[in-house]
Amino acid sequence: MLDSRQVPYGATSTRRLHWLRLAAPQEFFSLARKVIPWFGAAALVLGLAGLYVGFFVAPTDHQQGEAYRIIFVHVPAAWMSMLIYLVMAFWAGIGLAFNTRMSSMMATALAPTGALFTFLALWTGALWGKPTWGAWWVWDARLTSELILLFLYIGFMALQASIDEPRRADRAGAVLALVGVVNVPIIYFSVKWWNTLHQGSSINLQSAPTMAATMLIGMLLMALAFWAYTIAATLWRANCIILEREGHTDWVRGTLEEVK
Amino acid sequence: MNWTSMNDFFAMGGYALFVWGSVLVTFGLMAAEVLGLRARHAAIQLQLHRLHARQLRLHAGKP
Repeated sequence: MLDSRQVPYGATSTRRLHWLRLAAPQEFFSLARKVIPWFGAAALVLGLAGLYVGFFVAPTDHQQGEAYRIIFVHVPAAWMSMLIYLVMAFWAGIGLAFNTRMSSMMATALAPTGALFTFLALWTGALWGKPTWGAWWVWDARLTSELILLFLYIGFMALQASIDEPRRADRAGAVLALVGVVNVPIIYFSVKWWNTLHQGSSINLQSAPTMAATMLIGMLLMALAFWAYTIAATLWRANCIILEREGHTDWVRGTLEEVK
Repeated sequence: MNWTSMNDFFAMGGYALFVWGSVLVTFGLMAAEVLGLRARHAAIQLQLHRLHARQLRLHAGKP
């Protein structure tokens, strides 16, 4: 049985080993630095295309008029808020279980962007709720559980910021992130489990989408743009964290000379 | 095309506050995050360059 730990560092005999090498901050840093501009550019192009389809191609909704166009930012932001939390908890958990510091740094890097999208989901939701429901905010299951998600992100960041020793902060944050994961399915299924004011999903894995094709395309383009943005932003933040934590090492000194 | 004029587009069928309030805040905050990341990256780079320069000076000072 070939064990990756028995292969000398730097070996690239199989694809699997190649990916495992990214657990080393040095490897991660140089790959991330290469791909960040590409994901950034993809986010820009997809975002512009999504806005074009959303505002110039997709028709007016016969019930909600133009107010429905909030969907093009609201739904992708809400999806990202949940997805980022799952990815964050995954990496935090891996970091806790295997003591891999790069995983923990990735979790820390994801939190602010996740919090941003959670706030945006709530903000755009309030701006959509007012004209359609007549209320900025209601304490229904979907909205309340999404608010709890925002508090989980903020709690994760505050907890990590309050602990000086990075590896202890990683572990404490991981426990919080893993406990909070239970909230994500609650958000997702809240519109099914409870009678909520929030509408059910128009898009799910069980049935065909219940919306016009151009609306769907606009929304998916925006979702892809938010994905690309999230990858670019979180890799960039992870690289900042690497420099902050590992600034004393020889390889970081090497990259400084490269940049000069 | 959905819109007859620029004004028609900006009016968003009477929902301008809600639609533009969503879109502008979304992209505004994303842009702010990017600027924040740029500042954070620049700050740590500067700090590391200073540290590096100081270490070089220390080394040079030693016999």
